[in-house]
Amino acid sequence: MTLTSMNTLSSTFSFNPIVDLQRIFQFAFMQHAFEAGTIVAIVAGIVGYFVVLRRSSFAAHALSHIGFSGAAAAVLIGVNPVYGLLVFTSVGGLGIAALGRRASQRDVQIGTVLAFMLGLGVLFLSLYTGYAEEAYSILFGEVLGVSFSAVLLTLVAGVIILILIAVVYRPLLFASLDEDVAEAKGMPVLMLGVIFMLLVAVATSFAVQVVGVLLIFALMVTPAATAQMLAKRPRQVIVLSVAIALFATYLGLFIGFYTPYPVSFFICSIVFVLYLLVRFVYPKIRALKL
Amino acid sequence: MTTQYEIIAAKDLVAGYPGNIVWRDANLSVNRGEFVAVIGPNGAGKTTLFRLLLGLQQPVSGTIKIFDEAPKRGNPQIGYVPQRHIFDGETNIESFELVRLGSSGKRWGLGVLSKKDREAALNALKDVGASDLAHRSLGVLSGGELQRIFLAEALVSNPSVLLLDEPLSNLDMRRERELLQLIHSVVESRNVTALLIAHNINPLLPYLDKVIYIANGKVATGTPQEVLTSECLSDLFGVHVEVLRDSRGNIAIVGIEDCHGCQPE
Repeated sequence: MTLTSMNTLSSTFSFNPIVDLQRIFQFAFMQHAFEAGTIVAIVAGIVGYFVVLRRSSFAAHALSHIGFSGAAAAVLIGVNPVYGLLVFTSVGGLGIAALGRRASQRDVQIGTVLAFMLGLGVLFLSLYTGYAEEAYSILFGEVLGVSFSAVLLTLVAGVIILILIAVVYRPLLFASLDEDVAEAKGMPVLMLGVIFMLLVAVATSFAVQVVGVLLIFALMVTPAATAQMLAKRPRQVIVLSVAIALFATYLGLFIGFYTPYPVSFFICSIVFVLYLLVRFVYPKIRALKL
Repeated sequence: MTTQYEIIAAKDLVAGYPGNIVWRDANLSVNRGEFVAVIGPNGAGKTTLFRLLLGLQQPVSGTIKIFDEAPKRGNPQIGYVPQRHIFDGETNIESFELVRLGSSGKRWGLGVLSKKDREAALNALKDVGASDLAHRSLGVLSGGELQRIFLAEALVSNPSVLLLDEPLSNLDMRRERELLQLIHSVVESRNVTALLIAHNINPLLPYLDKVIYIANGKVATGTPQEVLTSECLSDLFGVHVEVLRDSRGNIAIVGIEDCHGCQPE
Protein backbone atom coordinates (compact mmCIF):
# COMPACT_ATOMS: atom_id res chain seq x y z
CA MET A 1 0.00 0.00 0.00
CA THR A 2 2.69 2.42 1.00
CA LEU A 3 4.85 1.28 -1.87
CA THR A 4 2.22 1.99 -4.49
CA SER A 5 1.50 5.43 -3.10
CA MET A 6 5.22 6.15 -3.19
CA ASN A 7 5.56 5.02 -6.75
CA THR A 8 2.80 7.31 -7.94
CA LEU A 9 4.42 10.14 -6.02
CA SER A 10 7.86 9.61 -7.42
CA SER A 11 6.79 11.17 -10.69
CA THR A 12 5.79 14.33 -8.86
CA PHE A 13 9.25 15.24 -7.54
CA SER A 14 9.30 19.01 -7.95
CA PHE A 15 12.98 19.97 -7.45
CA ASN A 16 11.71 22.48 -4.93
CA PRO A 17 13.06 21.12 -1.62
CA ILE A 18 10.41 22.83 0.52
CA VAL A 19 7.52 21.51 -1.54
CA ASP A 20 9.16 18.08 -1.71
CA LEU A 21 9.63 17.95 2.05
CA GLN A 22 6.08 19.13 2.70
CA ARG A 23 4.89 16.34 0.49
CA ILE A 24 6.97 13.81 2.40
CA PHE A 25 5.66 14.87 5.79
CA GLN A 26 2.04 14.56 4.70
CA PHE A 27 2.48 10.87 5.24
CA ALA A 28 2.45 9.48 8.77
CA PHE A 29 4.75 6.63 7.79
CA MET A 30 7.34 9.14 6.56
CA GLN A 31 7.05 11.14 9.77
CA HIS A 32 7.65 7.99 11.77
CA ALA A 33 10.56 7.07 9.55
CA PHE A 34 12.20 10.45 10.14
CA GLU A 35 11.54 10.30 13.86
CA ALA A 36 12.90 6.79 14.29
CA GLY A 37 15.76 7.58 11.90
CA THR A 38 16.72 10.65 13.92
CA ILE A 39 16.84 8.80 17.24
CA VAL A 40 18.70 5.84 15.77
CA ALA A 41 21.24 8.03 13.97
CA ILE A 42 22.02 10.03 17.11
CA VAL A 43 22.41 6.93 19.29
CA ALA A 44 24.35 4.92 16.71
CA GLY A 45 26.63 7.87 15.97
CA ILE A 46 27.56 8.16 19.65
CA VAL A 47 27.76 4.47 20.55
CA GLY A 48 29.66 3.93 17.30
CA TYR A 49 32.47 6.19 18.49
CA PHE A 50 33.19 3.85 21.39
CA VAL A 51 32.84 0.84 19.10
CA VAL A 52 35.54 2.27 16.84
CA LEU A 53 37.72 3.44 19.73
CA ARG A 54 37.59 0.03 21.43
CA ARG A 55 38.18 -1.82 18.15
CA SER A 56 34.98 -3.70 18.87
CA SER A 57 33.42 -3.40 15.44
CA PHE A 58 33.55 -7.14 14.96
CA ALA A 59 31.79 -7.66 18.29
CA ALA A 60 29.15 -5.11 17.29
CA HIS A 61 28.73 -6.84 13.96
CA ALA A 62 28.38 -10.19 15.72
CA LEU A 63 25.79 -8.78 18.12
CA SER A 64 23.56 -7.70 15.28
CA HIS A 65 23.79 -11.19 13.76
CA ILE A 66 23.01 -12.78 17.09
CA GLY A 67 20.07 -10.39 17.18
CA PHE A 68 18.88 -11.79 13.88
CA SER A 69 18.06 -15.15 15.42
CA GLY A 70 16.32 -13.32 18.28
CA ALA A 71 14.21 -11.34 15.86
CA ALA A 72 13.39 -14.48 13.90
CA ALA A 73 12.42 -16.30 17.10
CA ALA A 74 10.17 -13.38 18.07
CA VAL A 75 8.49 -13.44 14.67
CA LEU A 76 7.97 -17.17 15.05
CA ILE A 77 6.18 -16.84 18.39
CA GLY A 78 4.34 -13.77 17.22
CA VAL A 79 5.88 -10.93 19.22
CA ASN A 80 7.53 -7.70 18.13
CA PRO A 81 10.96 -8.58 16.66
CA VAL A 82 12.53 -5.74 18.69
CA TYR A 83 11.98 -7.73 21.89
CA GLY A 84 13.66 -10.77 20.40
CA LEU A 85 16.53 -8.55 19.29
CA LEU A 86 16.85 -6.96 22.73
CA VAL A 87 16.95 -10.29 24.55
CA PHE A 88 19.40 -11.98 22.19
CA THR A 89 21.75 -9.03 21.73
CA SER A 90 21.81 -8.34 25.48
CA VAL A 91 22.67 -11.94 26.32
CA GLY A 92 25.19 -11.98 23.48
CA GLY A 93 26.65 -8.69 24.70
CA LEU A 94 27.03 -10.03 28.23
CA GLY A 95 28.72 -13.12 26.83
CA ILE A 96 31.18 -11.12 24.78
CA ALA A 97 31.90 -8.77 27.70
CA ALA A 98 32.50 -11.78 29.92
CA LEU A 99 35.22 -12.90 27.52
CA GLY A 100 37.05 -9.96 29.04
CA ARG A 101 39.82 -7.73 27.92
CA ARG A 102 39.58 -6.51 24.41
CA ALA A 103 36.74 -8.60 23.08
CA SER A 104 37.83 -7.65 19.60
CA GLN A 105 40.73 -10.04 20.00
CA ARG A 106 38.35 -12.94 20.45
CA ASP A 107 37.41 -13.07 16.79
CA VAL A 108 37.33 -16.82 16.51
CA GLN A 109 35.15 -17.44 19.56
CA ILE A 110 32.74 -14.65 18.64
CA GLY A 111 32.63 -15.78 15.02
CA THR A 112 31.85 -19.34 16.05
CA VAL A 113 28.87 -18.23 18.11
CA LEU A 114 27.80 -15.81 15.37
CA ALA A 115 27.62 -18.53 12.73
CA PHE A 116 25.62 -20.78 15.02
CA MET A 117 23.17 -17.99 15.85
CA LEU A 118 22.67 -17.10 12.19
CA GLY A 119 21.94 -20.77 11.55
CA LEU A 120 19.35 -20.75 14.33
CA GLY A 121 17.77 -17.66 12.78
CA VAL A 122 17.42 -19.44 9.47
CA LEU A 123 15.72 -22.35 11.22
CA PHE A 124 13.27 -20.07 13.02
CA LEU A 125 12.39 -18.29 9.81
CA SER A 126 11.80 -21.52 7.94
CA LEU A 127 9.52 -22.67 10.75
CA TYR A 128 7.61 -19.41 10.43
CA THR A 129 4.99 -19.96 7.79
CA GLY A 130 4.57 -16.31 6.91
CA TYR A 131 6.29 -14.54 4.09
CA ALA A 132 9.94 -13.85 3.54
CA GLU A 133 9.09 -10.18 3.93
CA GLU A 134 9.76 -10.38 7.68
CA ALA A 135 13.19 -11.87 7.13
CA TYR A 136 13.93 -9.25 4.54
CA SER A 137 13.05 -6.38 6.84
CA ILE A 138 15.10 -7.82 9.71
CA LEU A 139 18.12 -8.34 7.49
CA PHE A 140 17.99 -5.08 5.58
CA GLY A 141 15.70 -2.81 7.58
CA GLU A 142 12.30 -1.39 6.73
CA VAL A 143 12.28 2.10 8.11
CA LEU A 144 9.20 3.05 6.11
CA GLY A 145 7.22 0.45 8.05
CA VAL A 146 7.97 1.80 11.54
CA SER A 147 4.82 2.35 13.57
CA PHE A 148 4.17 5.19 15.99
CA SER A 149 4.41 2.86 18.99
CA ALA A 150 7.78 1.65 17.66
CA VAL A 151 8.92 5.27 17.48
CA LEU A 152 7.91 5.80 21.10
CA LEU A 153 9.75 2.65 22.17
CA THR A 154 12.81 3.79 20.21
CA LEU A 155 12.63 7.19 21.90
CA VAL A 156 12.54 5.66 25.38
CA ALA A 157 15.47 3.36 24.60
CA GLY A 158 17.38 6.23 22.99
CA VAL A 159 16.95 8.51 25.99
CA ILE A 160 18.05 5.75 28.38
CA ILE A 161 21.16 5.07 26.27
CA LEU A 162 22.08 8.75 26.10
CA ILE A 163 21.68 9.23 29.86
CA LEU A 164 23.77 6.13 30.53
CA ILE A 165 26.51 7.31 28.18
CA ALA A 166 26.54 10.74 29.81
CA VAL A 167 27.09 9.06 33.18
CA VAL A 168 29.87 6.65 32.13
CA TYR A 169 31.41 8.95 29.52
CA ARG A 170 34.79 9.70 31.09
CA PRO A 171 35.48 6.32 32.70
CA LEU A 172 34.41 4.53 29.51
CA LEU A 173 36.61 6.78 27.41
CA PHE A 174 39.53 6.19 29.76
CA ALA A 175 39.04 2.43 29.92
CA SER A 176 38.67 2.28 26.14
CA LEU A 177 41.85 4.24 25.53
CA ASP A 178 44.08 2.98 28.32
CA GLU A 179 42.66 -0.10 30.00
CA ASP A 180 45.77 -1.05 31.99
CA VAL A 181 46.09 2.31 33.70
CA ALA A 182 42.34 2.54 34.24
CA GLU A 183 42.41 -0.86 35.93
CA ALA A 184 45.36 0.11 38.13
CA LYS A 185 43.48 3.24 39.13
CA GLY A 186 40.74 1.05 40.51
CA MET A 187 38.23 1.62 37.74
CA PRO A 188 35.68 -1.15 37.22
CA VAL A 189 36.97 -1.98 33.73
CA LEU A 190 35.08 -5.26 33.49
CA MET A 191 31.82 -3.61 34.49
CA LEU A 192 32.45 -0.79 32.02
CA GLY A 193 32.95 -3.45 29.35
CA VAL A 194 29.62 -5.01 30.27
CA ILE A 195 27.85 -1.63 30.22
CA PHE A 196 29.40 -0.86 26.87
CA MET A 197 28.28 -4.14 25.31
CA LEU A 198 24.76 -3.64 26.67
CA LEU A 199 24.70 -0.17 25.14
CA VAL A 200 25.74 -1.66 21.82
CA ALA A 201 23.10 -4.38 22.21
CA VAL A 202 20.24 -1.94 22.78
CA ALA A 203 21.45 0.52 20.15
CA THR A 204 21.75 -2.34 17.65
CA SER A 205 18.28 -3.67 18.42
CA PHE A 206 16.71 -0.37 17.47
CA ALA A 207 19.04 0.51 14.63
CA VAL A 208 17.92 -2.73 12.96
CA GLN A 209 14.60 -1.03 12.18
CA VAL A 210 16.41 1.46 9.98
CA VAL A 211 19.23 -0.48 8.35
CA GLY A 212 18.69 -4.12 9.31
CA VAL A 213 21.14 -6.50 10.96
CA LEU A 214 23.32 -6.93 7.89
CA LEU A 215 23.81 -3.22 7.30
CA ILE A 216 24.27 -2.14 10.92
CA PHE A 217 27.84 -1.08 10.16
CA ALA A 218 26.50 1.75 8.05
CA LEU A 219 25.22 3.59 11.11
CA MET A 220 27.25 2.05 13.92
CA VAL A 221 30.78 2.06 12.53
CA THR A 222 31.21 3.99 9.29
CA PRO A 223 30.05 7.43 10.56
CA ALA A 224 32.29 7.21 13.63
CA ALA A 225 35.22 5.92 11.59
CA THR A 226 34.76 8.77 9.15
CA ALA A 227 34.43 11.36 11.92
CA GLN A 228 37.58 10.04 13.59
CA MET A 229 39.58 10.99 10.53
CA LEU A 230 38.25 14.55 10.69
CA ALA A 231 38.79 15.41 14.36
CA LYS A 232 41.05 14.49 17.28
CA ARG A 233 38.93 15.47 20.27
CA PRO A 234 36.40 12.86 21.40
CA ARG A 235 33.53 15.30 21.73
CA GLN A 236 34.13 16.76 18.29
CA VAL A 237 34.36 13.28 16.80
CA ILE A 238 31.07 12.31 18.44
CA VAL A 239 29.32 15.43 17.15
CA LEU A 240 30.63 14.79 13.63
CA SER A 241 29.73 11.11 13.82
CA VAL A 242 26.15 11.96 14.75
CA ALA A 243 26.01 14.61 12.02
CA ILE A 244 27.15 12.11 9.39
CA ALA A 245 24.67 9.46 10.58
CA LEU A 246 21.83 12.02 10.57
CA PHE A 247 22.77 13.39 7.18
CA ALA A 248 22.88 9.92 5.63
CA THR A 249 19.59 8.91 7.25
CA TYR A 250 17.74 12.06 6.17
CA LEU A 251 19.12 12.07 2.66
CA GLY A 252 18.49 8.34 2.37
CA LEU A 253 14.87 8.76 3.43
CA PHE A 254 14.42 11.69 1.09
CA ILE A 255 15.77 9.87 -1.95
CA GLY A 256 14.06 6.65 -0.91
CA PHE A 257 10.72 8.44 -0.88
CA TYR A 258 11.00 9.56 -4.47
CA THR A 259 12.52 6.39 -5.85
CA PRO A 260 11.39 2.77 -5.73
CA TYR A 261 14.63 1.60 -4.10
CA PRO A 262 15.24 0.68 -0.43
CA VAL A 263 16.16 3.44 2.00
CA SER A 264 18.84 1.33 3.67
CA PHE A 265 20.66 1.07 0.34
CA PHE A 266 20.86 4.84 0.13
CA ILE A 267 21.99 5.22 3.73
CA CYS A 268 24.75 2.66 3.23
CA SER A 269 25.84 4.27 -0.01
CA ILE A 270 25.91 7.79 1.42
CA VAL A 271 28.05 6.87 4.44
CA PHE A 272 30.31 4.81 2.18
CA VAL A 273 30.85 7.69 -0.23
CA LEU A 274 31.52 10.05 2.68
CA TYR A 275 34.00 7.56 4.11
CA LEU A 276 35.82 7.29 0.78
CA LEU A 277 35.89 11.07 0.36
CA VAL A 278 37.29 11.64 3.84
CA ARG A 279 39.73 8.78 3.56
CA PHE A 280 41.19 9.57 0.16
CA VAL A 281 40.21 13.06 -0.96
CA TYR A 282 40.26 14.98 2.32
CA PRO A 283 43.98 14.33 3.05
CA LYS A 284 44.86 15.72 -0.38
CA ILE A 285 42.78 18.86 0.19
CA ARG A 286 44.46 19.34 3.55
CA ALA A 287 47.87 18.84 2.04
CA LEU A 288 47.12 21.54 -0.52
CA LYS A 289 46.20 24.08 2.13
CA LEU A 290 49.35 23.58 4.18
CA MET B 1 67.41 16.71 53.47
CA THR B 2 64.25 14.97 54.56
CA THR B 3 64.58 12.17 57.03
CA GLN B 4 64.55 8.68 55.64
CA TYR B 5 60.97 7.70 55.26
CA GLU B 6 60.20 4.19 54.18
CA ILE B 7 57.58 4.12 51.44
CA ILE B 8 57.74 0.51 50.32
CA ALA B 9 58.54 -2.37 52.62
CA ALA B 10 58.37 -6.08 51.89
CA LYS B 11 59.13 -8.94 54.26
CA ASP B 12 59.67 -12.54 53.14
CA LEU B 13 57.50 -11.76 50.18
CA VAL B 14 56.55 -14.62 47.87
CA ALA B 15 55.01 -13.68 44.53
CA GLY B 16 53.10 -15.58 41.88
CA TYR B 17 50.35 -18.08 42.43
CA PRO B 18 50.23 -21.12 44.69
CA GLY B 19 51.86 -23.87 42.67
CA ASN B 20 53.50 -21.35 40.37
CA ILE B 21 55.85 -19.24 42.42
CA VAL B 22 57.58 -16.50 40.42
CA TRP B 23 60.05 -15.43 43.09
CA ARG B 24 60.35 -15.87 46.85
CA ASP B 25 61.82 -14.47 50.04
CA ALA B 26 62.10 -10.88 48.90
CA ASN B 27 62.94 -8.28 51.51
CA LEU B 28 62.65 -4.81 50.08
CA SER B 29 62.85 -1.32 51.38
CA VAL B 30 62.43 1.83 49.32
CA ASN B 31 62.66 5.27 50.87
CA ARG B 32 61.06 8.49 49.80
CA GLY B 33 62.71 10.21 46.86
CA GLU B 34 64.74 7.22 45.80
CA PHE B 35 65.30 6.30 42.20
CA VAL B 36 65.16 2.53 41.95
CA ALA B 37 65.88 0.23 39.02
CA VAL B 38 64.13 -3.11 38.75
CA ILE B 39 66.36 -5.33 36.64
CA GLY B 40 66.26 -8.94 35.55
CA PRO B 41 65.82 -11.34 32.67
CA ASN B 42 62.56 -11.55 30.74
CA GLY B 43 59.91 -13.42 32.65
CA ALA B 44 61.75 -13.09 35.95
CA GLY B 45 58.76 -11.35 37.54
CA LYS B 46 59.61 -7.65 37.38
CA THR B 47 56.09 -6.64 36.38
CA THR B 48 54.76 -8.97 39.09
CA LEU B 49 56.37 -6.68 41.67
CA PHE B 50 54.45 -3.74 40.19
CA ARG B 51 51.22 -5.69 40.16
CA LEU B 52 51.69 -6.47 43.84
CA LEU B 53 52.28 -2.79 44.61
CA LEU B 54 49.20 -1.80 42.61
CA GLY B 55 47.03 -4.31 44.42
CA LEU B 56 46.28 -6.11 41.15
CA GLN B 57 47.77 -9.30 42.56
CA GLN B 58 48.03 -10.65 46.09
CA PRO B 59 51.19 -12.04 47.63
CA VAL B 60 51.34 -15.81 48.08
CA SER B 61 52.89 -15.23 51.47
CA GLY B 62 54.88 -12.60 53.33
CA THR B 63 53.92 -8.97 53.56
CA ILE B 64 54.22 -5.97 51.32
CA LYS B 65 53.36 -2.47 52.39
CA ILE B 66 53.21 0.82 50.57
CA PHE B 67 52.73 3.93 52.68
CA ASP B 68 52.41 1.63 55.69
CA GLU B 69 49.37 -0.07 54.24
CA ALA B 70 48.69 -3.22 52.29
CA PRO B 71 48.47 -2.31 48.58
CA LYS B 72 44.98 -1.67 47.29
CA ARG B 73 43.77 -1.11 43.78
CA GLY B 74 43.23 2.51 42.87
CA ASN B 75 45.76 4.01 45.27
CA PRO B 76 45.85 7.68 44.19
CA GLN B 77 49.42 8.03 45.47
CA ILE B 78 50.73 5.77 42.71
CA GLY B 79 51.31 6.85 39.12
CA TYR B 80 51.64 3.88 36.81
CA VAL B 81 53.03 3.64 33.31
CA PRO B 82 52.50 0.08 32.08
CA GLN B 83 54.61 -1.56 29.45
CA ARG B 84 52.67 -1.23 26.26
CA HIS B 85 52.52 -1.10 22.57
CA ILE B 86 52.42 2.01 20.51
CA PHE B 87 49.03 3.31 19.40
CA ASP B 88 48.39 2.53 15.76
CA GLY B 89 47.86 5.27 13.21
CA GLU B 90 44.11 4.81 13.36
CA THR B 91 43.91 6.07 16.93
CA ASN B 92 43.29 9.69 16.17
CA ILE B 93 42.98 11.26 19.61
CA GLU B 94 45.08 14.15 20.73
CA SER B 95 47.59 13.50 23.52
CA PHE B 96 46.04 16.15 25.72
CA GLU B 97 42.86 14.07 26.05
CA LEU B 98 44.76 11.04 27.36
CA VAL B 99 46.68 13.16 29.87
CA ARG B 100 43.49 14.81 31.06
CA LEU B 101 41.85 11.42 31.53
CA GLY B 102 44.76 10.56 33.83
CA SER B 103 43.08 12.72 36.46
CA SER B 104 39.49 13.06 35.32
CA GLY B 105 38.96 9.56 33.92
CA LYS B 106 37.96 8.27 37.32
CA ARG B 107 35.00 10.58 37.63
CA TRP B 108 31.54 9.87 36.32
CA GLY B 109 29.64 12.26 34.13
CA LEU B 110 30.61 14.32 31.12
CA GLY B 111 32.83 16.85 32.90
CA VAL B 112 32.29 19.39 30.17
CA LEU B 113 33.69 22.49 31.77
CA SER B 114 36.39 21.45 34.16
CA LYS B 115 39.03 24.14 34.01
CA LYS B 116 41.00 22.50 36.80
CA ASP B 117 41.46 19.24 34.88
CA ARG B 118 42.51 21.20 31.84
CA GLU B 119 45.15 23.13 33.70
CA ALA B 120 46.46 20.08 35.51
CA ALA B 121 46.86 18.31 32.16
CA LEU B 122 48.61 21.27 30.58
CA ASN B 123 50.96 21.53 33.57
CA ALA B 124 51.81 17.84 33.44
CA LEU B 125 52.56 18.15 29.73
CA LYS B 126 54.79 21.15 30.44
CA ASP B 127 56.67 19.25 33.15
CA VAL B 128 57.61 16.52 30.70
CA GLY B 129 58.50 19.02 27.99
CA ALA B 130 55.64 17.92 25.79
CA SER B 131 53.53 21.08 25.57
CA ASP B 132 54.07 21.10 21.83
CA LEU B 133 52.66 17.57 21.58
CA ALA B 134 49.39 18.41 23.35
CA HIS B 135 47.33 18.63 20.21
CA ARG B 136 49.10 15.98 18.20
CA SER B 137 47.39 12.66 17.60
CA LEU B 138 48.56 9.71 19.72
CA GLY B 139 48.70 7.58 16.59
CA VAL B 140 51.49 9.63 14.99
CA LEU B 141 53.80 10.06 17.99
CA SER B 142 57.17 8.34 18.15
CA GLY B 143 58.06 5.90 20.95
CA GLY B 144 59.95 8.55 22.92
CA GLU B 145 57.20 11.12 22.50
CA LEU B 146 54.59 8.61 23.64
CA GLN B 147 56.59 7.77 26.75
CA ARG B 148 56.60 11.45 27.69
CA ILE B 149 52.82 11.58 27.20
CA PHE B 150 52.40 8.45 29.35
CA LEU B 151 54.60 10.05 32.01
CA ALA B 152 52.43 13.17 31.94
CA GLU B 153 49.32 10.98 32.19
CA ALA B 154 50.79 9.37 35.32
CA LEU B 155 51.92 12.69 36.82
CA VAL B 156 48.68 14.56 36.30
CA SER B 157 47.11 13.15 39.46
CA ASN B 158 50.15 14.22 41.52
CA PRO B 159 51.33 10.79 42.70
CA SER B 160 54.06 10.24 45.30
CA VAL B 161 55.36 7.09 43.68
CA LEU B 162 55.93 6.37 39.99
CA LEU B 163 55.97 2.81 38.68
CA LEU B 164 57.46 2.80 35.19
CA ASP B 165 57.42 -0.51 33.33
CA GLU B 166 60.14 -0.59 30.65
CA PRO B 167 59.77 3.02 29.53
CA LEU B 168 63.12 2.75 27.75
CA SER B 169 62.32 -0.20 25.51
CA ASN B 170 62.20 0.52 21.78
CA LEU B 171 64.17 3.73 22.15
CA ASP B 172 67.53 4.39 20.55
CA MET B 173 70.41 5.27 22.84
CA ARG B 174 70.06 9.02 22.46
CA ARG B 175 66.30 9.04 23.18
CA GLU B 176 66.90 6.62 26.03
CA ARG B 177 69.32 9.07 27.63
CA GLU B 178 66.99 12.03 27.03
CA LEU B 179 64.01 10.26 28.56
CA LEU B 180 66.04 9.13 31.57
CA GLN B 181 67.24 12.67 32.20
CA LEU B 182 63.65 13.84 31.98
CA ILE B 183 62.38 11.17 34.38
CA HIS B 184 65.18 11.97 36.78
CA SER B 185 64.51 15.71 36.73
CA VAL B 186 60.77 15.12 37.25
CA VAL B 187 61.53 12.80 40.17
CA GLU B 188 63.77 15.46 41.72
CA SER B 189 61.53 18.46 41.15
CA ARG B 190 58.34 16.76 42.29
CA ASN B 191 60.10 14.83 45.04
CA VAL B 192 58.53 11.55 43.96
CA THR B 193 59.91 8.08 44.38
CA ALA B 194 60.41 6.17 41.15
CA LEU B 195 60.69 2.47 40.41
CA LEU B 196 61.74 1.80 36.86
CA ILE B 197 61.85 -1.57 35.15
CA ALA B 198 64.64 -1.73 32.61
CA HIS B 199 66.52 -4.17 30.48
CA ASN B 200 69.87 -2.51 30.51
CA ILE B 201 71.15 -1.03 33.71
CA ASN B 202 74.07 0.96 32.32
CA PRO B 203 72.25 4.12 31.24
CA LEU B 204 70.57 4.19 34.65
CA LEU B 205 73.74 3.93 36.73
CA PRO B 206 74.36 7.70 37.12
CA TYR B 207 70.93 8.19 38.69
CA LEU B 208 70.31 5.11 40.77
CA ASP B 209 69.91 5.02 44.51
CA LYS B 210 68.94 1.39 44.63
CA VAL B 211 68.71 -1.74 42.53
CA ILE B 212 66.16 -4.53 42.78
CA TYR B 213 67.60 -7.42 40.82
CA ILE B 214 65.11 -10.21 40.12
CA ALA B 215 66.40 -13.47 38.64
CA ASN B 216 66.25 -17.19 39.13
CA GLY B 217 63.22 -16.96 41.41
CA LYS B 218 65.06 -14.73 43.85
CA VAL B 219 65.39 -11.04 44.55
CA ALA B 220 68.54 -9.14 45.47
CA THR B 221 68.30 -5.56 46.58
CA GLY B 222 70.56 -2.79 47.75
CA THR B 223 72.65 0.04 46.40
CA PRO B 224 74.20 -0.52 42.96
CA GLN B 225 77.57 -0.96 44.66
CA GLU B 226 76.15 -3.72 46.83
CA VAL B 227 74.13 -5.59 44.23
CA LEU B 228 76.21 -5.28 41.09
CA THR B 229 79.08 -7.38 42.37
CA SER B 230 80.29 -10.79 41.30
CA GLU B 231 79.51 -12.25 44.73
CA CYS B 232 75.97 -10.93 44.99
CA LEU B 233 74.95 -11.83 41.44
CA SER B 234 76.64 -15.26 41.57
CA ASP B 235 74.57 -15.90 44.64
CA LEU B 236 71.43 -14.68 42.91
CA PHE B 237 71.85 -16.60 39.67
CA GLY B 238 73.20 -19.69 41.41
CA VAL B 239 76.09 -19.94 38.97
CA HIS B 240 79.40 -18.20 38.95
CA VAL B 241 79.16 -14.87 37.17
CA GLU B 242 81.57 -12.01 36.99
CA VAL B 243 80.75 -8.33 36.93
CA LEU B 244 83.21 -6.40 34.78
CA ARG B 245 83.50 -2.63 34.63
CA ASP B 246 84.82 -0.48 31.83
CA SER B 247 86.62 2.81 32.23
CA ARG B 248 83.37 4.77 32.22
CA GLY B 249 81.77 2.68 34.91
CA ASN B 250 79.55 0.61 32.60
CA ILE B 251 79.16 -2.93 33.72
CA ALA B 252 78.97 -6.24 31.91
CA ILE B 253 77.92 -9.48 33.49
CA VAL B 254 79.77 -12.49 32.21
CA GLY B 255 78.71 -16.04 32.80
CA ILE B 256 74.99 -15.97 32.07
CA GLU B 257 73.40 -16.34 28.68
CA ASP B 258 70.84 -13.62 29.08
CA CYS B 259 73.36 -10.95 29.82
CA HIS B 260 71.53 -8.17 31.63
CA GLY B 261 73.56 -5.23 32.52
CA CYS B 262 75.61 -5.45 29.38
CA GLN B 263 74.87 -3.53 26.20
CA PRO B 264 71.38 -3.93 24.80
CA GLU B 265 70.75 -6.63 22.27
